[in-house]
Amino acid sequence: MTDELDVAPQAHFAPPTERPRIQVVPLKGLPVVALAVVFVAVSIAGNWKWGLMFSHVVGGGLWTGIDLFVGLVIGPILGRLSIPTRAEFSARFMPKMVIIMPTVVMMTLATGFQVARQLGNLNPASPNHAWLIASFCVVGVMAAIALGILEPANIAVLYEMNKPVPNGERIGRLMKRFIYTAGITGLMQVATLVIMTRVATQ
Amino acid sequence: MSGPHDAAALDADRPMPPVGWLSTGALCLVIVGGILLASYAPRVAPLGVPVALLCAGVVLLAVAGTLLTRIEGFAWTTFATVFKWALLAYAITAGMIEFAFVRDHTRGSALVVVTMMLVVFALSVPSTIAFTVARFAQSD
Repeated sequence: MTDELDVAPQAHFAPPTERPRIQVVPLKGLPVVALAVVFVAVSIAGNWKWGLMFSHVVGGGLWTGIDLFVGLVIGPILGRLSIPTRAEFSARFMPKMVIIMPTVVMMTLATGFQVARQLGNLNPASPNHAWLIASFCVVGVMAAIALGILEPANIAVLYEMNKPVPNGERIGRLMKRFIYTAGITGLMQVATLVIMTRVATQ
Repeated sequence: MSGPHDAAALDADRPMPPVGWLSTGALCLVIVGGILLASYAPRVAPLGVPVALLCAGVVLLAVAGTLLTRIEGFAWTTFATVFKWALLAYAITAGMIEFAFVRDHTRGSALVVVTMMLVVFALSVPSTIAFTVARFAQSD
């Protein structure tokens, strides 16, 4: 899809070059997303314990793992690359994030509440109740950062790269926003790991 | 070096009203309200603070919408394209969360508040994404 992509962002006065368009939403991934949506819906509708647990653990594990890896490994590497290299990497990487992250977040959040109710963790007398409230707060902060800052920057970068003459300075600015917010959500996922392992062992 | 491209770039980088921050503010308010409601489950939560947060969120979103309509030379075509696809994605997510609440026997005024909060969520995220993209796009 993005083979032979030349996304070197020129200054905005440079002559345009022939480049394939970046597919902002990779259409090939949509059947997988549809499958995940149907699986979660069936699990919720049938109160299917294994399905709910599978969706929550797989979604949550991927969400935490990807956030940690992107925030603490990919992000700092990206920050040290030249802007053209950053842009080229992002052209291949970001469309995949556009489709993966909302899917794993939906899987985790839609099933998590039901799993907690089934296990009795929502009961105020449960030793896990306070940990669950803490996890709601951590997820809330991560959601606000990811949905309000990170994802808009991600999509804006892809649109900028699709312009006949991308503005390198603007791409760099938006990428910086992406790198910092990915780092913050990555660090917050450490709190999620602590909370979820406490919940599982109390 | 000046030319039509420079003019377009300058145009795209001109100061804009804080539409993105306002819609993100609305998102933050409904997230806090949602956490308050969820922290009382399975008991019935007092609705005073969540309703106040919801109303504040609706006001922020309305102000963002009003400011948006007043921007001259805005890239409305780009905004509409991004908004409609993002709305589809976040409506599915919100619908799934609503479905989980209904299955968990959330009923009455608590369900109405949750539904309204999910509507604000499903509108605020696409607004922020579409505005962030369209502000740098060539105006219509």
